[in-house]
Amino acid sequence: MMVLKELLYSKDHEWLKVENGKAYIGITDYAQKSLGNIVYVELPEIETELSAGDSFGVIESVKAASDTYIPVDGKILEVNEEVVDDPSLINQEPYENWMIYIEIKDESQLKELMSAEEYEKYCSKEV
Amino acid sequence: MENLKKTVLYDAHIKQNAKIIEFAGWVMPVEYEGLTIEHDAVRNNAGLFDVSHMGEIEVTGSDSLYYVQRLITNDAEGLEDNQVIYSLMCYHEGGVVDDLLVYKFNKEKFLLVINAANIEKDFEWMLLNKGNYDVSIKNISSTISEVALQGPKAQEILQGLTNYNLDNIKFFYFSDEVEICGKKCIVSRTGYTGEDGFEIYTSNENIEKIWNCILNEGKDYGLKPAGLGCRDTLRFEACLPLYGNEISQDITPLEAGLGYFVKLDKKDFIGKEALINQKREGLKRKLVGFEMLDKGIPRHGYDVLVDDKKIGFVTTGYLSPTLKKCIGLAMVDINYSNLGCEFNIAIRNKTAKAKVISKKFYEKKYKK
Repeated sequence: MMVLKELLYSKDHEWLKVENGKAYIGITDYAQKSLGNIVYVELPEIETELSAGDSFGVIESVKAASDTYIPVDGKILEVNEEVVDDPSLINQEPYENWMIYIEIKDESQLKELMSAEEYEKYCSKEV
Repeated sequence: MENLKKTVLYDAHIKQNAKIIEFAGWVMPVEYEGLTIEHDAVRNNAGLFDVSHMGEIEVTGSDSLYYVQRLITNDAEGLEDNQVIYSLMCYHEGGVVDDLLVYKFNKEKFLLVINAANIEKDFEWMLLNKGNYDVSIKNISSTISEVALQGPKAQEILQGLTNYNLDNIKFFYFSDEVEICGKKCIVSRTGYTGEDGFEIYTSNENIEKIWNCILNEGKDYGLKPAGLGCRDTLRFEACLPLYGNEISQDITPLEAGLGYFVKLDKKDFIGKEALINQKREGLKRKLVGFEMLDKGIPRHGYDVLVDDKKIGFVTTGYLSPTLKKCIGLAMVDINYSNLGCEFNIAIRNKTAKAKVISKKFYEKKYKK
């Protein structure tokens, strides 16, 4: 399993790349591996406001549909249409292929997230 | 995953890095290398499934044929020795207890192969309906292991491991005299994928050797171990029903489009009266195939809507790995069951348009 040092991680296996009060969000390498071949991705409308824990989209493998959850309160600024057109990009490069770009409403919530090291430990317990 | 049952091959699956899931009280491999890879292997070459969770009930005694005839909707009367039929077993009300394969050894010995999730329920049902028949009914599920070798290269692979001429086992026949890697097995030309192939039954102590031998022999043929994930996509494309999806206590075989396996002209069987009545009154709902016109993957349990009114439900749906299209099976109001009819599928908080198509998604490649 691969993790990147500069990212933050949620218990639902999303990663965040935070820059100036905004963040790119995608799913982790661990998540894409356990989902298997991703064949369908659904993303929210731009401008949607979501609270931490809300579903922001759906990722489907052949076998099943799984929700993806936003780890902090935020407003959707952009969605990555490339992964909608070719969902397998998430399997290939999970940290390159973000899903949503958001404006973070409450930066204090970032404290709840895990560092790369903490996330690795968290995953090793889940197995 | 406590209190869950493991097949004898569980450790072998772990060694092959299988992803394990809970299914019907068992821990089973859902995929090894990946669902789609395994699905394609079965369609193009071959796949090997551990299906040891399936149940086996042995019926012996002088009334075996008559007893089996009473239980099942299909007609076992004309079966030759060593022939197999697919059948349903119904409640008096016409709903389905289970679907099963019936192996006829002779008039006084049958083997009934049933779904893992239903073993206890079925066995109780069989005992309950024993009546005055001179039969002995034994649940031998825990002593038997089963693997399914499926795909166009199945015969070539298996032939390399036995002196028995597999050409002698025709479609839906079996032999109990096949030795694979020196181990005695029951081998039938049956399966659940829409491909040619074999189902192989043997005692628990032999199965690991057979599993490894077949995988080894199949290496040069593109054989892959295959999990329950692709077992479901394969059977779905071939429109083979799954208990709990297309058939259940609340769905009759006629509604599920399985009338071919219900012989209403047979003398007597449990559920006959209810099914005759249903046929006479006309079906109110029916299983149809459909294709998505809008984007979205239909899934088991999603509602089928017309003008926001529920007219049915999806029994199984997938982005079909072979057809690369989003298709499904649904139980719908008879008024919306004709080819070309359009309705909506409720996918999460949206609806997506779909159209009724033939259920023959995939042309079966049986060797008859």
